[in-house]
Amino acid sequence: MNGFGDAVVYLNDPLNWTRRSGILDLLGQHLAISGAAVLAALVVAVPVGIALGVTGREAGAVVVLANVSRAVPTLALLTVFAVTPIGFGPRATTIALAVFAVPPIVTNTYVGFRGVDADVREAARGMGMSRRQVVLRVDLPLALPMVMTGVRTAAVQVVATAALAALVAGGGLGRIVALGFGQQDDGQIIAGALLITGLALLTELLLVLVSWAVVPGPRRLPFAAPRRRPAIGPEPTAEGLPL
Amino acid sequence: MRPVLSAEAVPPGGGVLAADAAPNPWFDASYVVDNWNTIMGYLGEHVRLTVGAVLIGSAVALPLALLARRSRFLAGPVLALSTIVYTIPSLAMFAFVFPFTGLSATTVLIGLAAYSLVILVRNFLTGLQGVPDDVREAARGMGYSRLGLFWRIDLPLALPAFMAGLRIATVSTVALTTVGVLVGHGGLGQMIIGGFNANFYRAEIVTGALGCVLLALVADVLLAAVERLVTPWVRVGA
Repeated sequence: MNGFGDAVVYLNDPLNWTRRSGILDLLGQHLAISGAAVLAALVVAVPVGIALGVTGREAGAVVVLANVSRAVPTLALLTVFAVTPIGFGPRATTIALAVFAVPPIVTNTYVGFRGVDADVREAARGMGMSRRQVVLRVDLPLALPMVMTGVRTAAVQVVATAALAALVAGGGLGRIVALGFGQQDDGQIIAGALLITGLALLTELLLVLVSWAVVPGPRRLPFAAPRRRPAIGPEPTAEGLPL
Repeated sequence: MRPVLSAEAVPPGGGVLAADAAPNPWFDASYVVDNWNTIMGYLGEHVRLTVGAVLIGSAVALPLALLARRSRFLAGPVLALSTIVYTIPSLAMFAFVFPFTGLSATTVLIGLAAYSLVILVRNFLTGLQGVPDDVREAARGMGYSRLGLFWRIDLPLALPAFMAGLRIATVSTVALTTVGVLVGHGGLGQMIIGGFNANFYRAEIVTGALGCVLLALVADVLLAAVERLVTPWVRVGA
């Protein structure tokens, strides 16, 4: 029906996976481009976000950055980088995607570090921690959930947007969809779309697990409801005596 | 009038003008003037798609948000589903709709409406949940009907959150419309890809890209003005 059956046929053909420029090749390309872009964005965005968040200045600039980045079409940026002297191809795509991954990471890192309780920081200073120790051992653990949210948003966005690179000869899994349109092959179009969607959802899932693993404190999955405490009297204190 | 092809037309140094040597400016005012009608045509389609998608999205999102507020069992699935839909890449979204509606603007409209719906449901729900229960209780005690309660109590109190959602949805939709180029109805996105395919004609690409950004900013400013108009009480306290 409507190409979905053809998509299953396309995905079931081993040759479509293993041939040169097949699904596996394109998947590798897609992951390499996305990974490089996210890493480059991390290197730039996290220090900037920390610097802005710790000092608490330039709040207006962060808001403007977040808003303007939403207004710029990803497709425009991909195309503009492709017609610079860099030339079209994986390199231009990676740069454009890295530029796009920066705003969410900066914004979330800023918000995370901004939200650290001033009293906690004060106490840490009072205990004799240096500025550096305060940032690394007090601010960072407390801000980590927000930072990871930013990284997850950016990474999913990059994986999703990398598919658009195919419209400007950039490679990646979007190629399957673009080729499908070129060949008027509905099955191939749907197959490509399924692959891209699957990859985006997997990225989201993977990063949810990663944030769960790296964020300190009570471990619980973000989608699992907090367990109800058994309603048997008050909680015992550290000495084992109820208050 | 200069001869088009003659000995004089050959540039000094002789030979053919290489593609790289031809002038390819980033922005060209004469391009905008010469192609004004084409640009306006694409702009019109862009605006129509954006407005249509946000309107359809709002029309579906409001009842969903109202339902989700009424029962906690519905709120979870609605939010989870919206997260999943929002994770679907735009290219894939249009590709999924394509077999049903073909190479038409409807394909783009459905895809865009789905995204704006997802953004709007979250913001509408946040706005509605922000209305204090005491206030609703009091209104019910004063004899407000269901409709009156929504129209006179919920709506004004949730309006700032509603408008914030509308602004985000509109700006994102303006940017996303460009991807509609996949099925030939991308509004200004047609110019971005058109310029790329016309031997990397930068003036066309940049005009399309700038047009998108300007359109998004204008839409945002307009909605901010509407927000000020419809929530006059917010300013009184400030």
